[in-house]
Amino acid sequence: MTAQNVFFWIIAVIMVVSAIRVVTTKNVVHAALWLIGVLAGAAAQFILLASEFMAVTQVLVYIGAIVVLFLFGIMLTRAELGTSDDLNNDRTQRIVGGVVAIGLAAVMAFVLGKEFQDDKIELLGTTTFSLGQTTSQVSDSIFSTYLVPFEAASVLLLAALIGAIVLARRD
Amino acid sequence: MLINQFLFLAAILFCIGVYGVLARKNGVMVLMSIELILNAVNINLVAFAAMWGAKASEAGVDPAAATTGPVFALFIIAVAAAEVGVGLALILMLFRNRRSIDIDELDLMKG
Repeated sequence: MTAQNVFFWIIAVIMVVSAIRVVTTKNVVHAALWLIGVLAGAAAQFILLASEFMAVTQVLVYIGAIVVLFLFGIMLTRAELGTSDDLNNDRTQRIVGGVVAIGLAAVMAFVLGKEFQDDKIELLGTTTFSLGQTTSQVSDSIFSTYLVPFEAASVLLLAALIGAIVLARRD
Repeated sequence: MLINQFLFLAAILFCIGVYGVLARKNGVMVLMSIELILNAVNINLVAFAAMWGAKASEAGVDPAAATTGPVFALFIIAVAAAEVGVGLALILMLFRNRRSIDIDELDLMKG
């Protein structure tokens, strides 16, 4: 096993355990903190895939902004800060959710295993530049090929910002 | 590294997120599960971009074409940020009107 594989599996186990804790923990604040584990793990996987720009964006936007937004949401809705038994649906619905999730996982594992049997990502011997993943290449692409979707994304963010203010305003 | 390592990891995270959306009652927790789902898709996109970039550089094709993956992942991050902003505003309003953020109490449309 290469060093990349070793680190992949370490990070993957951390991510899966954190994700399971996010959906099972009984403490809202702990769920937000476990979410950081998943998001930071994803940033680490992006580094393994030689995608530096995505890793930095992941840390800045997800861990820096979205998790803080979640913590604000938790505080503003005055959730019980200790453990709470009132976060989950009733038992039947949880079992149905588990069945749906496991079924979905089985279908996806079957399809992926069949389709990509042992296709490899040959990163050894390549540079970030030859992979098209450097920050300059990504920004070139955003501001030339994907300029119109980029502007649309900015308008979407502005609309979401104004929408959130209008909704949350007290009057 | 096999591409399937990343795809399986993303599939597992996606399914955990789906379970969270179905099993949680608290509005903020449902939003967190949706973040898990969107994040799984980002891992897929970046993994495919790395595979394509490696193949393109081997074949001598212009590697800039492989930036599609990171750019799409960037758009997903932007949409996720917008979604969380509006979602939390909705939950805040729900809390103000009902003193609770349990989304199974939203049954005004029930016949």
